[in-house]
Amino acid sequence: MAIITMRQAISDALWEEMERDPKVFIMGQEVGVWGGTYAVTKGFLDHFGEKRVRDTPIAESAIVGAGIGASMVGLRPVSEIMTINFAFVAMDYIVNEAPKMHTMFGGQMSVPLVIRTAGGGGRQLGATHSQTPDAIFAHFPGLKVVSPGTPADAKGLLKAAIRDNDPVLFIEHAAMYQIRGEVPEGDYTTPIGVSKVQREGDAVTIVTYCKGLQLSMAAAEQLSAEGIEVEIVDLRSLRPLDMGPALESFKKTNRAVIVEEGWPSYGVGAEVATRLYEAAFDYADAPIKRVAQKEVPLPYNAALEQFALPQVDDVVAAVKEVL
Amino acid sequence: MALKKKDHLELYRQMVLIRRVEERSAELYQAGKIGGFLHLYIGQEAVSTGIVSVRQPQDRIITAYRDHGVALNVGISAKAVIAELLGKETGVSKGRGGSMHMADVEKNFWGGHAIVGAHLPIAAGMALGDQYEGRDGVTICMFGDGATNIGFFHEGVNLSKVWNLPVLWLCENNQYGMGTAVDRASAVEQIHMKAEGYGIPHSRLEDGMDIMKVREAVGAALDHIRSGKGPYFLEVMTYRFQGHSMGDPQRYREKDEVTKWEKSDPIGIYHRYIVGDKIAAKADLDKIEEAVEVEVNEAIEFAEASPDPGFDTLYDYMYASKE
Repeated sequence: MAIITMRQAISDALWEEMERDPKVFIMGQEVGVWGGTYAVTKGFLDHFGEKRVRDTPIAESAIVGAGIGASMVGLRPVSEIMTINFAFVAMDYIVNEAPKMHTMFGGQMSVPLVIRTAGGGGRQLGATHSQTPDAIFAHFPGLKVVSPGTPADAKGLLKAAIRDNDPVLFIEHAAMYQIRGEVPEGDYTTPIGVSKVQREGDAVTIVTYCKGLQLSMAAAEQLSAEGIEVEIVDLRSLRPLDMGPALESFKKTNRAVIVEEGWPSYGVGAEVATRLYEAAFDYADAPIKRVAQKEVPLPYNAALEQFALPQVDDVVAAVKEVL
Repeated sequence: MALKKKDHLELYRQMVLIRRVEERSAELYQAGKIGGFLHLYIGQEAVSTGIVSVRQPQDRIITAYRDHGVALNVGISAKAVIAELLGKETGVSKGRGGSMHMADVEKNFWGGHAIVGAHLPIAAGMALGDQYEGRDGVTICMFGDGATNIGFFHEGVNLSKVWNLPVLWLCENNQYGMGTAVDRASAVEQIHMKAEGYGIPHSRLEDGMDIMKVREAVGAALDHIRSGKGPYFLEVMTYRFQGHSMGDPQRYREKDEVTKWEKSDPIGIYHRYIVGDKIAAKADLDKIEEAVEVEVNEAIEFAEASPDPGFDTLYDYMYASKE
C-alpha cells in the first residue's frame, strides 16, 4: 500500500472517477485555473477541459442549485463549496432541495450529487471561517453526510459518494490535507453509513470522526504508554449513522468518550451518547464524556483559538475521568 | 406553426379544464378535503397553456408552487392532480407532494417548487445537463414577479449567461407577490429589464391573457435559444383572479381592479377568437365544457375513492440508492 496525503487521496478519487465516468464533472470556485484553493484539483483543467472542470462565480446557491438540476437530468456533478462556512448561503439547496426531491415527488427524481466542502478550525481565520457545523447538516433525513478521518477512507468514501444515487455532503477538514496514511492500490470504495474500529483496546471506547480521529489516535499513544488501551470507533458517516461498532465496543469496555471538533450542544456527541444510553444503559459503568469545542465563536488569536478547540490532552483527561 | 381546428379545441379544452379543476379544488378545500396551501391558477390559464403548446418534447419545464395549470397542460390527468391535492396514493406525487409539488418526469415536467426563486439555479443546472450532453432541449423555467427580488434569481440568471445555457426565463407577472404589489417590492416595474444587467435579451408581453400572443412570444424565444444564442428572458403580464392562496382576504387590491381584469378573462378572449374567426362553432365549445365537467366530476370521484398512502410506505422514497 502506498502512503499518500489526504489531499492526494481526495484528488486521486476525483480523477479516477472522472476517468471512469464521463458524466462526472466538478464545479466550484477556483477548481479550474487556480487548481483548487486546497490544490486538490491541480492539473484537472488541462487534462479534462473546461466542460468538466468548471470555474463558477462566487455564488454558492448557483453552485449547489445547478448541481442539483444537472444531477436530476442524469449527470453526476461534484459541486465544491470552498469551505463549509459558505455552505450557509446555499443552505436551502443542501438541506431543503437536494434531500427532498426524491421523496417529495414520489420517487420520480433523484439527486446523485456530491457536495464537497472543507470545515474545521485552527487556522486563525476568525469566527466566520473556522466552524465545524457538521451536526446541522446531519439533522436532515434524505441527505447523506460523510466526513473521513484517514486518506484511505477519504478516497474510498468519495468514490462511493460519486457513485451513490443520493445527495452526499462530503466534509473534509481544512487542516488535514497534509496528513499521510496508507491507501490501498487500485479501485475501491468505502461504504457510506458504515463505522469502523480504527484501533482496538479494552479500557474505554472513543467514538469520533474526522479530525477527532487524529486527536484520539494521538491520545491513545499517550494512554498506551501508561498501560491504558482505548478502542477507537470512527463513525466516518454521520448520516446514515452506523452505531453497530460503537455499541459493540461500549458493551465490552462499559465506558465511552465522544470526541468531535464542533460545539457540544445538540451535536454529534449528544446524539451518539443518547444512542449508547438508549441501547446499552445497563452496560455503562461511568457517565459518558464529551470532548468538543468550547461554546464560543472561535477567536483569531492563535493561542486563544487553540484553547477553544479540543486538544489531545482533553481526550486523555476525559478517558481518565471515565476510568 | 399554424393550428388546426382540433388543435384550437384542444387548447381551449385545457384552459377550461384548468379553470374547472381550480374551481372545484377551491370547493374541496373549503370542505376540508384538501390540506395545506392551495394556490389557484385561475386567470393565468393562457400563460401555461400557451407555453406548453409551443414547446418541443425535449424541452423541460419547471415552475413554482402555482403549478396545477402546467400539470394539466403537460397531460397529467385531472384524476392524478386532484388525487394529489387530496393526498392520495394515486396522486401524481403519490400523496407526498401536495398542491405545490406536482411533477411528471416522463412528461418532462420537473415540478412544482415551493421555495420562492430556488428553482431558478436548479433550472440552470438542468439546462447545463442538456448542453453537456449535446441535446437541443430548452429548459423553460417559470416563476412569478415576486421571485425576481431574491438572491437565487440573480445567481441563476447570471450563471445562465456566463455558461450560455439553453434556458428560457419566463416571468409570469401577475402583479402581486402574495399581497405586495410589484412597485412596492421590485426596484423596476418592468421586470424583464433585470435581464439587461446580465446581458440577456429580453422582452415583455403586455397581453398574457391572449393565448395566441403567448404562443407567438414563447415560440420566438424558444427559437432564439435553440439557435444557440443562449438564455432569453420573457416577462408575461397576467393576473390572478383569486387570492394568493385560499383564505387570502385580498386587502391589498380593490374589487374594481379585479373586475376590470376579469373582463379580459383568457378563456373569454379565446372563446371570442375561436367563434369570431369561425374556427369552430359555439356549440363545439359548449360540448368541450360539458365534457370537462364530466371529466372533473369523475376525477373527484376517483380521488375520493383512492386509498391514502399506507403507513408502511412512509420511508419508501427516502433514498434513491438501493441497499
